[in-house]
Amino acid sequence: MRWKIADYAGWGRALRATGDLARPERLSSLTALMAEEPAPAIGNCRSYGDACLNHGGRAVQMLRLDRITGFDASRGVATVEAGVPLGELARIFAPKGWLPAVMPGTGFATVGGAIAHDVHGKNHHIAGSFGQHVRAITLVGVDGQARRITPADPLFRATVGGLGQTGVIASAEVQMLKCKGDVIVVTERRITGWDEFLGYLDASDATYTVGWIDATATGATLGRGILEEAETGSGLVSQPGRAKSVPFDAPGFALSPNVVRLFNGAYYRRVPEKGRTVVKPIQEFFFPLDRIRNWNRLYGKEGFHQFQCVVPVAAAPALRAMLERIAKSGLASPLAVLKRMGPGHAGLMSFPMEGYTLAVDFPNSARATRLIGALETDTLSAGGRIYLAKDSLSKGNVVRAMYPNHAEWAEAVNAADPDGVLTTDLIRRLDLRNA
Amino acid sequence: MSELWILIGASSAMARALARALAERGDGLILAGRDMDDMSATAADCLIRGAPSARAMLFDARQPETFQPILNALDDRIVNAAVFVGSMPAQDGIDAAPALINGVVIDSFTGPARFLHMLAPEIETRGSGVIVGVGSVAGDRGRLGNYVYGAAKAGFHTYLSGLRNRLTRAGGHVVTVKPGFVDTAMTWGIPDMFLVAQPEQVARDILSAVARRRDVIYTPFFWRYIMLIIRSIPERMFKKMSV
Repeated sequence: MRWKIADYAGWGRALRATGDLARPERLSSLTALMAEEPAPAIGNCRSYGDACLNHGGRAVQMLRLDRITGFDASRGVATVEAGVPLGELARIFAPKGWLPAVMPGTGFATVGGAIAHDVHGKNHHIAGSFGQHVRAITLVGVDGQARRITPADPLFRATVGGLGQTGVIASAEVQMLKCKGDVIVVTERRITGWDEFLGYLDASDATYTVGWIDATATGATLGRGILEEAETGSGLVSQPGRAKSVPFDAPGFALSPNVVRLFNGAYYRRVPEKGRTVVKPIQEFFFPLDRIRNWNRLYGKEGFHQFQCVVPVAAAPALRAMLERIAKSGLASPLAVLKRMGPGHAGLMSFPMEGYTLAVDFPNSARATRLIGALETDTLSAGGRIYLAKDSLSKGNVVRAMYPNHAEWAEAVNAADPDGVLTTDLIRRLDLRNA
Repeated sequence: MSELWILIGASSAMARALARALAERGDGLILAGRDMDDMSATAADCLIRGAPSARAMLFDARQPETFQPILNALDDRIVNAAVFVGSMPAQDGIDAAPALINGVVIDSFTGPARFLHMLAPEIETRGSGVIVGVGSVAGDRGRLGNYVYGAAKAGFHTYLSGLRNRLTRAGGHVVTVKPGFVDTAMTWGIPDMFLVAQPEQVARDILSAVARRRDVIYTPFFWRYIMLIIRSIPERMFKKMSV
């Protein structure tokens, strides 16, 4: 059968959907499906909110179209089907001396999802966004026709970061980056406070740079954390242990403010005062949480929200005020990340812009919802924007004001899908088809 | 040493999973089936994953002239084969058009058996090689919902048993694989599925059975016990049940 009724959720599990899912195993099944009953594509549902949901409607799950169908070793361009997880791409290519040019924080994100959200990684300040390394996309339109589009096509900029609204991405030609091998050399150092953190982030010339931030620290320790700078290297390290899994929903107190504060303190002191340099398998650095399957269940059955924004460099004081607001609330989980972004992006609705990005997880609650609402307002007035791959709470007028090219994008997608058959819960909630 | 594997019905999810596992351990592949575009994509994927050779070739159980070219493509490597073909039209469709039975039997039994019969001498000559025949738990007992498919698979099981008897004498081996419910396009959306296995698990079970020279395996293993119970129900009662 083509369709299967399924309950599914975004990674945050605060938003859920029930609907018909198809899962084509061949390109010919996908094109036939799109010609007859077109629907938006979803991948591994690693976006946190409702970008991957179509409640009461249909969606095409792309996970079985997951082959690497070509590799031009002279140029380093791999042709990959949309359902290939980026971690799998890294696993296969790293021993050959190549890595995906951009890898987000989870290796379970698929190539299709990485394009549709124009994702960034720990090297954004150097390499830019995922879409900037895509040389071509095979896009199946709502008419069932597969077309190869390149950055020269106007539809390309509407498709990259385009939330799946121009068609189903069937495959892509992706420029890989040379690497030395499948290990990474990571230097970790303690950062005692906010100003020091920004100073280090601005000065870092490492290929991969990311900061873990203690979003519960207040006063003099506000903005303390750990800076990680890394370069790929060649050599051998022991393979990581077997993946572990969270077998059930954790009780609500697991992430209560006191527990988080204790955990964060210990996590901070894990790195010696003078810092250290360690060698790890690449997966452990790029996808630290992937070894714990279903870690999202740690937040209990209510799920969680991630707030992620980027603000311009000049608005750093505003971001500091936001972190203060978060720290004072005591609502943050241990998962909080601070990073310097470069200007690179490839789509009209891409998230990245030059500045600082802050991402913080919050267990789902009414207080967290209100806090995130306030943080969104702060972001807008700081001239920044929020990341739609993470969002589950924002409002259409706020998001449209954050994305200056929204109207142009809406026009392009409405031309590509005039009947709106590719809309998802996110698109409807934020009314993004409305220019 | 690198061996060669012929996968018949290579567009199936189980065959694709097995192809990848074989590629990653360095075996060569002939992917045989009808959807050349799809198999070419899998062949390219397997080459990147480490297969020393991988090519797509036409195999149509209903067109026996497609069989010999595959055998012509063999070299002097040890050759193994795994058969995943079969067709399962809805039983009510067959009830309305009994002529469909012929196709089911050709796809699931006589087509692959005829091919394996042509392959058997190659294994006997080399004195080594394994044939994996994927049957089905549906072949263990005729059930209301799919007894034509089950009958064809039962025939295939019996054929594999005899072929095992023959090839064992020449140093070859035959593994009969009986999968329960597997999460593939064939079972997608069928209500009330339970204990559904992933194709990758089936592939792992197959490779383990080949390595250990098992004769008949169920995958996942607990289907052996489920089918033991189903087979032990007296016909007098079974005929009134819908299981």
